[in-house]
Amino acid sequence: MAEIVIEARGLRKDYGANAAVAGIDLDIHRGEIFGLLGPNGAGKTTTILMVLGLTESTGGTVSVLGHDPVRDPLAVKRRVGYLPDAVGFYDNLTARENLRYTLRLAGIARAEAERRIEEAMARVRLTEVIDKRVGTYSRGMRQRLGIAEIIAKRAEIAILDEPTSGLDPQATFELLDMIRDLKADGVAVLLSSHLLDRVQSICDRVALFSRGHIALQGTVKELGQQVLGAGHAAHVEADGADIEAKLRTLPGVQRLEREGRGWRITADRDVMADVAQAVVGGGGRLQRLAAAEPSLEKIYARYFEEHQDAA
Amino acid sequence: MRREGSPFTGLGAVFLKEYADHLGSARMRVLEWLVVLSGIGVVAVAIITLRETVTRDQFLFLNLFLYQREDSAVPSLLSLLSILIPLVAIGLGFDAVNSEFNRRTMSRILAQPIYRDALLLGKFLAGLCTLGTGLTALWLLVVGTGLLTMGVPPSGEEVARSLAFLLVAIAFAGVWLAIAMLFSVIFRSAATSALCALGLWLFLTLVWPILVPVLVPMVATPDPLAARFGLLSDSQVEWYLGLSRVSPASLFADASLAVLQPDPNMTRIPTLGMLGQLQGMVRGAALPLNQSLLLAWPQITALIAAVIVVFAITYVIFQRQEVRA
Repeated sequence: MAEIVIEARGLRKDYGANAAVAGIDLDIHRGEIFGLLGPNGAGKTTTILMVLGLTESTGGTVSVLGHDPVRDPLAVKRRVGYLPDAVGFYDNLTARENLRYTLRLAGIARAEAERRIEEAMARVRLTEVIDKRVGTYSRGMRQRLGIAEIIAKRAEIAILDEPTSGLDPQATFELLDMIRDLKADGVAVLLSSHLLDRVQSICDRVALFSRGHIALQGTVKELGQQVLGAGHAAHVEADGADIEAKLRTLPGVQRLEREGRGWRITADRDVMADVAQAVVGGGGRLQRLAAAEPSLEKIYARYFEEHQDAA
Repeated sequence: MRREGSPFTGLGAVFLKEYADHLGSARMRVLEWLVVLSGIGVVAVAIITLRETVTRDQFLFLNLFLYQREDSAVPSLLSLLSILIPLVAIGLGFDAVNSEFNRRTMSRILAQPIYRDALLLGKFLAGLCTLGTGLTALWLLVVGTGLLTMGVPPSGEEVARSLAFLLVAIAFAGVWLAIAMLFSVIFRSAATSALCALGLWLFLTLVWPILVPVLVPMVATPDPLAARFGLLSDSQVEWYLGLSRVSPASLFADASLAVLQPDPNMTRIPTLGMLGQLQGMVRGAALPLNQSLLLAWPQITALIAAVIVVFAITYVIFQRQEVRA
């Protein structure tokens, strides 16, 4: 496993008698995309602020790249990029001037900063508007400018708070693409969102937040197994006689439900190959066979159905 | 717990950005024109009258700052500045911090490797330098106009005295800038912050001087003997001075008069605040520069102390603020 870049143990934050974050454990590895998911007010932003050292924790420890964000915030902030929820820029300045200011704050020499700004703006496809005032930017462009800032800063960890909220589908798609690019650069991405389906596609691992606790943590697949109880799920569409009966008798298959024009198979092992063989061997025509990823939304809804008291 | 790294990391970057913002902003341009036009107007009136009534005055040049005809509504440059400086300082400072929250730039900036110290101090110094730039420009303008129209070069002492006045004016500006920034930290709404700063300014300049004579008899012990002659008792005088000095404007007026008027008894009545400090002085004799400075020193230090105290309060409140907006 890759190096752990963010490590939190028993991290908590109390506001008076209310616990915004009630003791969470997190490990985030280099080069992965980790999603903090949950409804608004579940403690996602507070966790992010504690990781950045912008809020002091009331208990537990957090270590970012080996530094304590409270004791040594400058060392942490030098290597971490942050895109806040509804990010703001100086509207009266151009994008270039905005980035120039942040890079100067980050202590990067002028010539090097200019080079990085050009490069980062090209990466987020904003080169044409680099000298336009940010006041004229759309919301999606601002978010991309925020990503450009993280790229230009050469951050090793990117923390994105609700990066896709308020964006149209096209802009969301582009932004998610850029987040994947960050990952390809070896950057660890920690992102928070309340839009489950949007982030499901890009997160390697997720943590589901609920009232300051992490209810579930792991890959989407693992969560599916934990909550939905299914080991493997597949969707199959095929023509032929007696397909349903053949599938039902396959070893390992636990459940078979009609779904759309085909069936949904739930099994305790990977039965894809067996399914294909069974259909084709029985003289049927296999039209579609796909592993059905459990949807986060389903996991989430099911989890909170089962834990009414927790949510 | 001790934090690591210098609190001044990034101070230069914040300072330069804010300074550039101030100098380029439309707001600053309006304030500058206001100051320059009214300053020039007042000085022009002073020069015209001074040329008509040239008396042998050792310190003719300093009259540019002080001159006011008894029967005229045109104030002296000094009293004009004591109104305009707080206005400009509040104009520069009232949205220094809360605008970062309102533009949602605060968390992004604080996520850069700087401490909040640098952000606050950088903003304050940028405001102070902007005010200093404006006041220095005005000072040069006044001296230059004087040179051109009066045809009398100022003596070295006059230049030194007017420079000292410039420094006093900048310290006075610093007080109001710090107060305006304090409100910008306390209130998230820029309008509320501006209103409170202007309210405090109006209270201290207009209401406080009226209130002090009312308050004094309530707190000070009266002296029956003095009261029989319609005079104030010693304790009343002390309270009077102490209370009136709460207003930075009175400190500014006292210090400027002490610096600009080598002979405090000659041209105008010194303010009551100065009387105690003038005890034992020979009437009609001009004070040397160092004595004038000594005379104004308590007021100058009080102004600087006020800047530091207000800034420290602002700093503490800002450090405790939550970043999330």
